[in-house]
Amino acid sequence: METLLEQAFNGLSVGSILLLVAIGLTFTFGQMNVINMAHGELIMIGAYTPYVLQHDFGLAAGLSILLGLFIAFIVAGGVGVAMERGLLSRMVDRPLDTLLVTFGVSLILQQAARDIFGAPNVDVVAPSWLKGSVTLLGVIMPYTRLFIMALVAVIVGGLSVFMARHAEGRRMRAVTQNRDLAAVSGLSPRRVDATTFFLGSGLAGVAGVAVSLIGSIGSQVGSGYIIDAFLVVIVGGLGRMKGTIIAAFALGMLNAYAEFWKNASIGKAIVFMAVIVFLQFRPNGLVSFRTRGLTS
Amino acid sequence: MTAELELRDVVVSFNGFRATDGVSMSIEQGELRFLIGPNGAGKTTLIDVITGLTPVTEGDVLFRGESLVGVPSHKIVQKGIGRSFQTPTVFQALTVLDNLDLAASFKMSTLKLFRKRRGISAAVADTMEQIGLTDSAHRVAGALSHGQKQWLEIGMLLVQQPRMILLDEPVAGMSPQERAATGELLQRLAGDHTIVVIEHDMAFLRSYAEKVTVLHEGKILLEGTVDQVQGNPLVQEVYLGRARDARSGHVASTESGEAAQAPDAQEVLS
Amino acid sequence: MTTTKNEYPDVSSLVDEKPPGEGVVAEADVTRDGYHPSLSDRLKTGWGRRIILAIAVGVLIAGPDLIGDPTRTRQWAEYLCYATVAVGLDLAWGYGGMLALGQGVFFGLGAYSMGMYLSLEQVEPGQLPQFMSLYGDNDKLPLLWRPFEHLWFAGVAAVVVPALVAGLVGWLVFHRRIRGAYFALLTQATALVFWLLLIGQLKLTAGTNGLTNFSEVFGHNKYDPSTPEFLYYLAAGALLVALVVARHTVNSRYGKLLVATRDGEDRVQFLGYDPAKAKTIAFALAAGMAGLAGALSAPIIGIVAPDQFAVLPSILMIGWVAVGGRATIYGPMIGALLVGVLKTRVSESHPENWQYFQGLLFIVVVGFFPGGLAGIWRKLSGAVSARLPARGGSADEPSRAPQTLATSEVAS
Repeated sequence: METLLEQAFNGLSVGSILLLVAIGLTFTFGQMNVINMAHGELIMIGAYTPYVLQHDFGLAAGLSILLGLFIAFIVAGGVGVAMERGLLSRMVDRPLDTLLVTFGVSLILQQAARDIFGAPNVDVVAPSWLKGSVTLLGVIMPYTRLFIMALVAVIVGGLSVFMARHAEGRRMRAVTQNRDLAAVSGLSPRRVDATTFFLGSGLAGVAGVAVSLIGSIGSQVGSGYIIDAFLVVIVGGLGRMKGTIIAAFALGMLNAYAEFWKNASIGKAIVFMAVIVFLQFRPNGLVSFRTRGLTS
Repeated sequence: MTAELELRDVVVSFNGFRATDGVSMSIEQGELRFLIGPNGAGKTTLIDVITGLTPVTEGDVLFRGESLVGVPSHKIVQKGIGRSFQTPTVFQALTVLDNLDLAASFKMSTLKLFRKRRGISAAVADTMEQIGLTDSAHRVAGALSHGQKQWLEIGMLLVQQPRMILLDEPVAGMSPQERAATGELLQRLAGDHTIVVIEHDMAFLRSYAEKVTVLHEGKILLEGTVDQVQGNPLVQEVYLGRARDARSGHVASTESGEAAQAPDAQEVLS
Repeated sequence: MTTTKNEYPDVSSLVDEKPPGEGVVAEADVTRDGYHPSLSDRLKTGWGRRIILAIAVGVLIAGPDLIGDPTRTRQWAEYLCYATVAVGLDLAWGYGGMLALGQGVFFGLGAYSMGMYLSLEQVEPGQLPQFMSLYGDNDKLPLLWRPFEHLWFAGVAAVVVPALVAGLVGWLVFHRRIRGAYFALLTQATALVFWLLLIGQLKLTAGTNGLTNFSEVFGHNKYDPSTPEFLYYLAAGALLVALVVARHTVNSRYGKLLVATRDGEDRVQFLGYDPAKAKTIAFALAAGMAGLAGALSAPIIGIVAPDQFAVLPSILMIGWVAVGGRATIYGPMIGALLVGVLKTRVSESHPENWQYFQGLLFIVVVGFFPGGLAGIWRKLSGAVSARLPARGGSADEPSRAPQTLATSEVAS
């Protein structure tokens, strides 16, 4: 029983990290049909942010994390916008090619990280208030994991409010739902694209700060999470936030139990097969709309 | 006798919106049937349902007594139902010849498909002649004019010798001569083939239609000859009610010849 | 037709190929008079093509003598394997529109098939490969390994197993209309799962270390200077087989169907074809070629380890096709050879820069020259031929000319 609960907590924790990583992808994929393969490297940028603040600016651990969340959001968002403006905006009709171009960007960012920070992994010092754990119902819950869950909850809540209330959020929804109609209604989809990319990339940066708390950081830190996040986006349905949330926790749970049952590699294989089986029933993901028309 | 095509209480709903709402109709072999109705009446949805593009929510579609519900589109084509689309969709990267040849080879086994095409089959050559694209045989379809693409698409349909042909606005964007040619072609094909045409153009309808089905808000409003349909107050209501301040009171005028010439009559019906 | 239409060589460029001042009325005559066949068209028709082909095959055969160094010969044999993968991958991606990011899986399945045979070739019959006694409690050969005692089985399995796996995955995915980015990401995930399984199954695969120490290779001693040459010819043969199969496939009716499916998957159904079947076949063919190349790469590279078939190398394979030119027969081969040579040269001098170089390659080629080298060549030769005097029409060639511009016909 205790181990079952333990795995449930584990699953929730993995799910919240997956959600954090995937939610930024959801925005860019939903609106622009762009799979950003460099998303993992934006996470890497976010993960190195508190490290730089601690290591080069000598900030205290706690401050480096809290300030890091903000700075990582801006820096990763900035890199994302630069990529969107410089490369992706000129190839709007070629969504699959944008995937490959962003892959090229990811290769460069990875090597740049190795050149700047060196090949060996580094560690971020967790603040004292995130050290330790609480035991509930016999399950040990580290504070870092709880912090990440809380962070995810705040971000999801904030995004929902932003999308529903804020003018820019409503514009993003309009462009996601019908790009052409939004354009003839006086919105500039390209400007909204930039906002979307900033937000999606910035969220990757935030996710990076979070993952810096639970493991070492290296040039590969982002690519370790990214494929799982892609699966979440696929299962969740094309760019739907609700679907992404459900999918992240479903896959997180499945992953935790499958790994516990067998081992890490078999666990991943089980998750993958589950995704394929799931897609047999819901090829468009959890949340999708039936549309008419020959090609959509 | 079984009808060539029979729809039984066909309902299609998109997220609660009922695009067709209990349509029942039956079409006999060799008929040339026109489907008309205002925008959103469910005409294209019906064709989509018959060809398996859109699944039915309720009801049944029978082709020669056999249900088509749940049958994938490509198998429906194999059964002998061909269709065209509102915007011509030919394969831009392939030549005219390859487009037609591919259409003509649709019954080949996969293994046979792996053979290279040698020469031009008689059926393809005839079709190419019929649609006037023989001289463009080796041009890629992407380089054709809009009208030529439309003809190519019709050619790809004809070369498959379907029992039943469903056409979605075949003459939209065609010149008067091309319209006449299309109309004559349809009349020639009817009899051997069963043809269903969605068309807005009243002049075209009047010249070539035998039997007309009027759809409105997903339901069948009326079925009859062109004259019956035009004289029907309900039809006038449906069309004119939607464009009350349009000037075209004579859409349904009994002086059908004149009404057909009036440009605004087309506007109202489109 | 779909949102992806512009990802393939643009057919609208054809309009530029028409002679100036040509009106609608004269359209039908374009192919008769005054058509300027581009240089690349001239080379593709008749004798030009045959001569180029003969030279290419000659260079391929004379390869080891031209290279003259066993180590370099071995490297070239490796590039030839990559070229074989690229030729297959282009069937899936270039002609079929399926962005397969997990091709390393199939390459790896082929490599492990042959790797198992080679591991058993090193020991006396009935004995276990070294790593098994190291890691395992095995005292008997695992069931999975047993058929791989036979070379013929390993060879057949190297091609058939990848094709079957691709067929199964492809069918499951395509018949539910999963495509585009979804397909790309799923194939990428297969590469991750494959890599994890290889590492996890220590007793069967030797884990991260992989299968290695093949000092006997198909009865040849690894250190014998003639062995690289022997392997080179095997790889060259495999590449030729792949090219012949690809060329035939592309020019067959099925090849046209594949291109049609790429450009209008939904439309193809209404011609009475099952697009899922068309795509699955191409994906399986591509996997079979990758498996064949993988099988030969095992003795050539001398090691079969999970990292060779991980996520990253799988995506990099797309780069070979992109550089050479997607939807062309010979482009991917040239791309793979070129990237292979560059990799060796750059890695020898500045290994740390290779990844920057690769990243730039993806950005520049895919972003700015989506036609790759073949696209650049088409443009250049078009520019050159515009300056040449128009060639009067013999009955056959000018009418072929526009056809050769179509993506599907590039190598016909």
